[in-house]
Amino acid sequence: MTKPISNSVAINRRDVLKALMLAPLAGSLLASSGCAPSATSRAVSWTSLPTHYSYARTDAEKQRDAELFAETFFREHELLTLAVLCDIILPSNHENGGALAAGLPDFVEFMAKDRVQYKRPLRDGIAWLDSYALEKFGAKFIDVDEQQQLAICDEIAYPDVQDDALQPGIAFFTLMRNMTLTGYYTTELGFRDLGYQGNTPNIWDGVPEAVLARHGKSYDAEWLAKCVDQTRRDITAEWDDEMNLIT
Amino acid sequence: MAEQEYDIIIVGSGAGGGMATYQLANAGLKVALVEAGGYYDPAADENRTQLRNPWESPRRGASTRRRPFGDYNACIGGWDLDGEPYTQKGDTEFMWWRGRMLGGRTNHWGRISLRFGPLDFKRKDVDGLGDNWPIGYEDVKPYYDKVDKLIGVFGSNEGLYNDPDGFFLPAPKPRLHELFYIDGARKLNVPVYPARKSMLTKRINDERGVCYYCGQCSRACSIHADFSSSTALIYPALKGGQVDLYTNSMVREVTTDESGKATGVSYINKEDKKEYQLKGRIVILAASACSSARILLNSKSDHHESGLGNSSGHVGRYLHDSTGASRAAFLPELMDRDIYNEDGVGGMHVYTPWWLENSTLDFPRGYHLEIGGGMGMPSYGFGFAANQYNDYLGERVGGYGNGLRDDIRRFYGARLSIACRGESVPQFDNYCELDPEVVDEWGIPVLRFNYQWTDYEIDQAKHMQESMEALLEASGGILLGEKPGANRKYGLAKPGEIIHEVGTTRMGLDPKTSVTNQFGQLHDASNVFVVDAGTFVSQADKNPTWTILALSWRASDYIIEQMKQQNI
Repeated sequence: MTKPISNSVAINRRDVLKALMLAPLAGSLLASSGCAPSATSRAVSWTSLPTHYSYARTDAEKQRDAELFAETFFREHELLTLAVLCDIILPSNHENGGALAAGLPDFVEFMAKDRVQYKRPLRDGIAWLDSYALEKFGAKFIDVDEQQQLAICDEIAYPDVQDDALQPGIAFFTLMRNMTLTGYYTTELGFRDLGYQGNTPNIWDGVPEAVLARHGKSYDAEWLAKCVDQTRRDITAEWDDEMNLIT
Repeated sequence: MAEQEYDIIIVGSGAGGGMATYQLANAGLKVALVEAGGYYDPAADENRTQLRNPWESPRRGASTRRRPFGDYNACIGGWDLDGEPYTQKGDTEFMWWRGRMLGGRTNHWGRISLRFGPLDFKRKDVDGLGDNWPIGYEDVKPYYDKVDKLIGVFGSNEGLYNDPDGFFLPAPKPRLHELFYIDGARKLNVPVYPARKSMLTKRINDERGVCYYCGQCSRACSIHADFSSSTALIYPALKGGQVDLYTNSMVREVTTDESGKATGVSYINKEDKKEYQLKGRIVILAASACSSARILLNSKSDHHESGLGNSSGHVGRYLHDSTGASRAAFLPELMDRDIYNEDGVGGMHVYTPWWLENSTLDFPRGYHLEIGGGMGMPSYGFGFAANQYNDYLGERVGGYGNGLRDDIRRFYGARLSIACRGESVPQFDNYCELDPEVVDEWGIPVLRFNYQWTDYEIDQAKHMQESMEALLEASGGILLGEKPGANRKYGLAKPGEIIHEVGTTRMGLDPKTSVTNQFGQLHDASNVFVVDAGTFVSQADKNPTWTILALSWRASDYIIEQMKQQNI
């Protein structure tokens, strides 16, 4: 298959549309399954994720990951459908990029292979979505126009909907929302979007004063007396015979 | 090598084996340390998972069969090892974790380092159940003191009778969600104290680093600022030149002579798949409670027909794990919180030890509470059910679009959780034995487990759930999920799931009802010792590692003394 690939780290929807205008024959940029691209079809392109990782693996783990990367699970139509859904769930029109810039389709493909229990729900979910779009709008999901795609999503994006006929779609959309958000927030874009501050050497010296004040909390003196004085952390510990730290 | 006779052969390099290696090698004895897994040093960059970002893993840190605690967890091992099956009797659901690396399970444990107290060694005196240990707190206290100083543990002296004081390093300050827990617990008159864990919040020597608060002890520390057997005990011991380390070496059995005394061990070299022998004057088993029992049961001879040390039929008996249950809550007061680095040390900074009197309750034995929550690093699973808390705010759950980003930020870190770890009552009828039919990939008979929780543990789990609900709500939390009921044993973890299994070679005065004496020395063979948690008569509601270390040091002193006196 010809997988739509962009090497851009933070492609946004405007870039994609621009690319589409400049290269009208680049069919792989279009979510289309054999039909001629219509003016309303959604363009999708995503950052491709690495297929080689290097981090403290055993030989057995390396071998398994190599096997997973060698396997292709989703058909092109399925992958494009996932891409469109991811893009709806976390759109690209944001300063921190969206699902496609975070390479979501590649991530979902990998997780489906790594956790095989996802294979059926994802594949069957796509089939349900297509049959529902066909029934409702006369074409598969990625071939109906954007308003029609969103109309379908509005029906299946909320788990409190009681309509039995929609339950397979709701379960699938919930799974895709979970995968999209977890796949996005575990990238650099997601870290930036969240404002994540950890995972770096530092000296923990308690909750910042302003934060304590905001929440009406404080450290009591008795507790603080048991806590580390970070100015003395590098002085080797010694105790008296009564178990008191004296350095 | 085959011709050399060692003074000491130690099987297993976890807490017990590491301490024995350190003590006996430093005493000038020639030691062979035999480990079923490979060499491992977290300071080597090829082993580093610490400080990696989630996108450096294709599965973003998700767990796998080979890494049940996540892709970045340091422990090579798990409940399901390639080529090393185990079996269950009846409807037993025992989960057997094995580490396969230098340092064993000390590479990923929670570093919760609690001394057993005076009551913990004499539980039969308290409630009439089970048995007393043949030793008391006063026997072990000097060794706890020495372990504290050698290895380092932070905590606070609170003067609690059954949670004794120690030589502590200073504690890290509580995080914000922990302050909510402290206030909640105090409202209910439940005590709460700084946690007690073996991370170096202050320098203890020039060899090991001081904690830089990345919160990733489970990934193994590249500056050796937390305790693992390899970093704190085995590397220093290796420097002395007294230790030969045999890695990827799977011990099949302890070999014995006509008199029944051990002559050494036979092991499979996993690299060439061949079997080798080591000769030694003394064999010390530290392979973990069930692995050591398995080796003993596989060490059959004319003199030890039912397995070495098993004339009592007690090897494998009284297997018991900690009880466990957990619950989580949404903390609305922490919505839209300020984001800063609160990684701290790996896991909790505060905890609640057992605080009630069992005489007023309908179950024996206690449990402690471990506190979780806060602004962790996103990894696989982050963002699942992203806005489920909307349910509690009268807003709609689900949806799509950029509004989800606001939900993610709004609820980030607004969570408080509690995990209980409790003491079960050891049962003769909970045991591991050799499966008569199944062998592992080296042809060694495997263990079969027979284990059922009793009403004691189930009633305790029920109480855990009630305590957790009360504490989470008192802390301002809205309980998440359903409270597990009787049909789910009140959320009681499966046996083995908490990975505190002990008791399979318990110590005692009577050779008919115990496997070793108070020093871990087999009643049936004076030159064979067990220094893992197999010797525990009862588990206490304390994580076992600190007691394994203390007892292994104590056994090592005894071995040195007995060798001097030429008794062994």
